[in-house]
Amino acid sequence: MQKRYMSIWFSHLLTDWICLKRPQLKDKPVIFSIKLGNKIVVSAASRQAEELGINVGMPLADARAILPELEVLDDKLGRTARLLKALGTWCIRYSPIVGIDLPDGLMLEITGCTHLWGGEKSYLKEVVNRLRGAGYQVRAAISDTVATSWAVARFGKVSPIIAPGKHIDALLPLPSPALRLSELNLQKLSKLGLYRIGSFINMPASVLRRRFGEEIIERIRKAIGDMPDPITPIILPDPFSERLPSMEPINTRLGIEIAVEKLMNILCKRLQSEGKGLRQATLSCYRVDGKIIRVQIGTNQPSSNATHLLKLFGLKIGDIAPKMGIELFILDAQKVEDTQARQEAFWLQADNGGNREIAELIDRICGKVGENTIHRYLPQQHYWPERAIMAVTSLTLKPEIPWRSDKPRPVQLLGKPEEIEVTAPIPDYPPMVFRYRDKIHQVKKADGPERIEREWWLDAGEHRDYYSVEDELGKRYWLFRSGHYAGDKPSKWYLHGFFA
Amino acid sequence: MLQQKKDIVEALQKQILLLQGVKPSGEGGVQDIGLPQICNAFPNGIFPSGAIHEFLGCNMEDAAASGGFITALMATLMRTGTNCIWISTKRTLYPASLNAFGISPDRLLFIDLKSEKDVLWATEEALKCSSIAVVVSELDEISFAQSRRLQLVVEKSRVTGFLIRRNAEKLSNTICVARWKITPLPSREIDDLPGLGFPNWHVALLKVRNGLPGSWNVSYLNGAFCEEIPQAEKQFIEEKRREAI
Repeated sequence: MQKRYMSIWFSHLLTDWICLKRPQLKDKPVIFSIKLGNKIVVSAASRQAEELGINVGMPLADARAILPELEVLDDKLGRTARLLKALGTWCIRYSPIVGIDLPDGLMLEITGCTHLWGGEKSYLKEVVNRLRGAGYQVRAAISDTVATSWAVARFGKVSPIIAPGKHIDALLPLPSPALRLSELNLQKLSKLGLYRIGSFINMPASVLRRRFGEEIIERIRKAIGDMPDPITPIILPDPFSERLPSMEPINTRLGIEIAVEKLMNILCKRLQSEGKGLRQATLSCYRVDGKIIRVQIGTNQPSSNATHLLKLFGLKIGDIAPKMGIELFILDAQKVEDTQARQEAFWLQADNGGNREIAELIDRICGKVGENTIHRYLPQQHYWPERAIMAVTSLTLKPEIPWRSDKPRPVQLLGKPEEIEVTAPIPDYPPMVFRYRDKIHQVKKADGPERIEREWWLDAGEHRDYYSVEDELGKRYWLFRSGHYAGDKPSKWYLHGFFA
Repeated sequence: MLQQKKDIVEALQKQILLLQGVKPSGEGGVQDIGLPQICNAFPNGIFPSGAIHEFLGCNMEDAAASGGFITALMATLMRTGTNCIWISTKRTLYPASLNAFGISPDRLLFIDLKSEKDVLWATEEALKCSSIAVVVSELDEISFAQSRRLQLVVEKSRVTGFLIRRNAEKLSNTICVARWKITPLPSREIDDLPGLGFPNWHVALLKVRNGLPGSWNVSYLNGAFCEEIPQAEKQFIEEKRREAI
């Protein structure tokens, strides 16, 4: 897919920004000054000031001479970059890849983004209108290469959108400064009468290199797309991430524990102040030999309890092989949730402290042994004994239907019913004698049958006729016959459970 | 003079009990578990909650009887509104049946682990949580040192621990306050009605620390224990008592 780039040019970034901050300066000539060496120069000028002949780079004294009532503000190093970064972060809504283009612009890679706004035209209009509405004077352009977008945004006169493949044609009429050349080369070019890009772009590379150096070749190749021109995208920082470099490589368990504790305390303090709780965290250990070891913990409930989280990591520290030593620890909280005041009790009467304690216990067990070890059961509307209970992971879920106690159910239920040999009078009397694991049991008392039909919409098979029986020693069993009696072959009997 | 000596001996005995981790009555929320006669076998005549008990459930029938008895015991211990954790490796306990013994099965948390080692570890961790009433764990083997570890944890947290021993061959000496063996007895009939009656168990206290072992017939009807002492057993206990005095 052909890549598309959009360049946004803030023609008067600093002065627009100060006018937004201090509305009384609006419509007044405003400049920023900065000390360069031992002279003070104008570093930014508003449109009004520029109209009066004050340009960027002019000494402040000259500017004062032109306009005595000029509003002069102090510029700070790095302010432009900070402003652009904030604007770039805002622009991430339009494209995931936004780069800062110092000193006065942003560069967006918009490949595959524009259709969401209904095409490039409306996309560009949306971005420009939003920024202009906020009070910034902007121009934007879209083309196939970064350099062309940059040039068209600043020097273009025709259309801000250059159709795919037409970027070289669009560059030809533009003045030579549109290629972002150094001041020295620009002077040489104008001395030679090469005012337009079109007048030298097709010259042989060797000729250009001899006179202007490698820079011009590089610029041209980037502009026509022969050379990659990467954008350094703004990455939104992971909000909950802490790092701890160590002076000397750490290779003892105690050392790792201290490091994790330090990181965890900082992180938990932050989490607590923002009312968040940790659900998932990763500790990355950067080893001296260049390997990165990661251990992960998870919690069942958002937690910002440092001692508890440390305990969870304590179970995993054994997995970290420090080898030559670890020089950097990074603790990332990938999943963070809001902690609410617990309003719901786990179980009916359990108090709040108990809930937290049990949740922490579960975390420890899950952390050490693995998921899917903790079970809780709720009743389900099925008669089939295996399906009468439903395993749930939630600790707070309440049963929707009451537990049944009208029919006897065994305390111990075999996962798979075991086949037994039975002597039973037909048609539906309980057995008289049965043999289970080579032991004969004489049935003294019995209840039944309780017929449980198989749920045909869930699975196929015979129904079961259950009998509760007690043998001569008082041991109680849950037996069943599978299906109806058939005349020709003996029916199958199974032992399914043991009553208390 | 004799009275004085008796008082001194009693005071010393109480001190020994305290040193052995048995808390005097009134502390640790001792509840009425509905088994007054069995309680008499324990020191001070109180069922020791906040201690480790051991149950022998070597075959499925005994395990079922122990399961029923323990559940009914838990129901009384959980009356104050706390929770219970059941830890095991090969669990066959059927939660839907526990309702009959006075516990809503959704109040139980089951932890199903793969190895015995994990069970021991999880049991210790669970016993540390003072907000849990009872921790039941099904174990094959536990050494004296391991049981002492659990006892030390329990003395701090006052949680009651029930260990169900599945393997009689690996039975060793432990520090548990009591070793129980629950075996099923013919069910208790109701007015000569046919069919199965109420659950009926032979409850034997094989070992009691500082107490008197014995055995009783206990049935469970209408949501409460109902105990009676077998005739032969009664005489034996009486004799023992007299000797002790």
